[in-house]
Amino acid sequence: MSSATLSAPGIALVGCPNCGKTALFNALTGHHQKVANYPGVTVERKEGALITPQGKTVRLLDLPGTYSLRGRSPDEAVTRDVVLGRLDGEALPDALICVADATNLRLVLRLILELKAVHRPLILALNMIDIAKRQGCEIDVDRLSSELGIPVVPTVAVRKGGVVSLLEEIDRLAAATLANAPAAVTWREPSSQEIRDAHMEAERILKACAFRPGDERLTARLDRVLLHPVWGISILLAVLFFMFQAVFTWAAPLMDGIKAAFDLLGSQVQATMPEGLLRSLVTDGLIAGVGSVVVFLPQILTLFLFIILLEDFGYMARAAFLMDRLMGGAGLHGRAFIPLLSSFACAIPGIMAARVIENRRDRLATILVAPLMTCSARIPVYTLIISAFVPAHDVAGVLSLQGLVMFALYATGILAALAVAWIMKRLVWRQVAEPFLMELPAYKWPRLKNVALGLWQRAAIFLRRAGTIILAIMIVIWFLSSFPGAPEGALEPAINYSIAGMIGHWIQPVLAPIGFNWQIAVALIPGMAAREVAVGALGTVYALSATGEEVGSALQPILAAQWSLPTALALLAWYIFAPQCASTLAVVKRETNSWRWPAFLFVYMLTLAYAAAYMTFNLATWVLG
Amino acid sequence: MSTKLRDVSHPDAAAGLRLGRCPKGWRGLVSDLVPIEGSGIAWSELERRLLEMGFVEGACVEVLHEGPIKRDPIAVRVDDITIAVRRADATAIVVLPLGVN
Repeated sequence: MSSATLSAPGIALVGCPNCGKTALFNALTGHHQKVANYPGVTVERKEGALITPQGKTVRLLDLPGTYSLRGRSPDEAVTRDVVLGRLDGEALPDALICVADATNLRLVLRLILELKAVHRPLILALNMIDIAKRQGCEIDVDRLSSELGIPVVPTVAVRKGGVVSLLEEIDRLAAATLANAPAAVTWREPSSQEIRDAHMEAERILKACAFRPGDERLTARLDRVLLHPVWGISILLAVLFFMFQAVFTWAAPLMDGIKAAFDLLGSQVQATMPEGLLRSLVTDGLIAGVGSVVVFLPQILTLFLFIILLEDFGYMARAAFLMDRLMGGAGLHGRAFIPLLSSFACAIPGIMAARVIENRRDRLATILVAPLMTCSARIPVYTLIISAFVPAHDVAGVLSLQGLVMFALYATGILAALAVAWIMKRLVWRQVAEPFLMELPAYKWPRLKNVALGLWQRAAIFLRRAGTIILAIMIVIWFLSSFPGAPEGALEPAINYSIAGMIGHWIQPVLAPIGFNWQIAVALIPGMAAREVAVGALGTVYALSATGEEVGSALQPILAAQWSLPTALALLAWYIFAPQCASTLAVVKRETNSWRWPAFLFVYMLTLAYAAAYMTFNLATWVLG
Repeated sequence: MSTKLRDVSHPDAAAGLRLGRCPKGWRGLVSDLVPIEGSGIAWSELERRLLEMGFVEGACVEVLHEGPIKRDPIAVRVDDITIAVRRADATAIVVLPLGVN
């Protein structure tokens, strides 16, 4: 953004959840958006610029949706603090635009009354006025404006030209007040009586404006099926099944493509650069390291495509409704369902998605168990070991034994997550369940443009992270695996002589009781970069020169010959729990703003991994005699 | 908080018929919000959250749907919006069947 816009007046968008605020923000700013985080808190900050019909540049800030300024979740607290000018590093907005779903005015009217008391210039945007009209919803806009004493502008965020009148209103506001907006901001938390009074006032205004709510018969009809105790659950499971199928099958060709591209890039660099440390850093550290994370981009985007579609359609709230009791049994909140689901692709977006949870401890519990969900990075490791050790028998004629083992690994992860959450919430914190109070919005068709923009932003955030924090971790792990180099005439693979090799040999006695040999111990160190890197590292330790999938197929017979079955099973058990992902730990640090929780996560997962591997190894040894 | 309903001799009103105990299809009016035991948050906070979601005295409510396990949570039509709430929290909402007033 140019420096001229820095001094441009700033307007903040406020509104209830599901009011189409983000769609309006997209319509007003187009692609001129910047997604970042508020400093110190991990709430997404979306800013964009727009130019009014009179040529004035205005900065627009999209604030998290809320029903009040009381700030119950970290997201809502940001909305309050920005509106009141209390957030460090964030200028007090010169004006506020409150976005309302024109079909659903009751709750937002109370929010508007609360916002009015802040004494900032305020515009009400009656969004989705087209849907409202189609549903036979009526409202006297002029009367509403005079009752509230603020400008009220109907908008259609998803139609071209649907925001022109809002832009004109911003110009009028700019001419009138923006130059010398009153600086005094007043607000205090309303008492329950004040909320009751505001409801009475909202009721009176709705009556005065001859408000008639929209026809929601379609939503009601859909809900009779989608919230049905039997059909609803069946459909939810079908949706999840389809989603996983898509994540694993649709994304596969793209992932192969990205992998091939990184391999090609690596071999090109290998061929052109002179041999030496720098080449090793670039190919083994930078290209291979970042490539191993970027390869998950298609899976993450497929997953987010589903999440955004279901969210925009209004289904996510229904999924939370259906799952609340089940999650609640483990002490988790219904809203934790979405983050935990995301964690099956990768714990990183899952942990980020936990921001929607209001209660801090509910949020922490969700973050702490999210890495127990079987992420896609474990799949290469599982596949390698299962195909080397589990015979491809059929069970009962239809199920493959290998598939059953895979399923058991997934199921163990889920059960462990529920158990850990239960222990944290019920035994450690002794906490009673936080209320589950959620609006079930009317169903709406997702809009292509908003879905595309949302996906683009997810991709940008993920790639930026891969390019910074993950890159840095990769370099550290490359350093550990490369220094010091192999001595002259060394017989063993170079990694044996490196710091990682030394650590591997050094910790091997600790890992001996769980059946791990020194090769596994050494491979676990670079595997900290990302779980599936351990497959490549095993290949290195067993002195294979192949890359990627070839390593897997070449390794199978070697592992089958060299490892005992108890060792293989112990490694599988280890991988269910082990905190083998530095990026996850880094994200937990960012999301919780302290090293305490990632440290706790690391220790508890490591303990579980060791215990599970120990029991598996000894049980298997005993059974197999 | 009004206490007028607990003086009424109607058995439901004396016990305080609670939204959290109403079956699917039940319709009525919110008559009061009363403190409950065992909520994860303070009553002053729960009361305000319920109010903010539209559970205010005089609001029309109808239990539309029940969750699949132990009929919990419930989806309640509150005037012209639909709110999901756990039965335990909804026991704070005292209701009157339609037609009593």
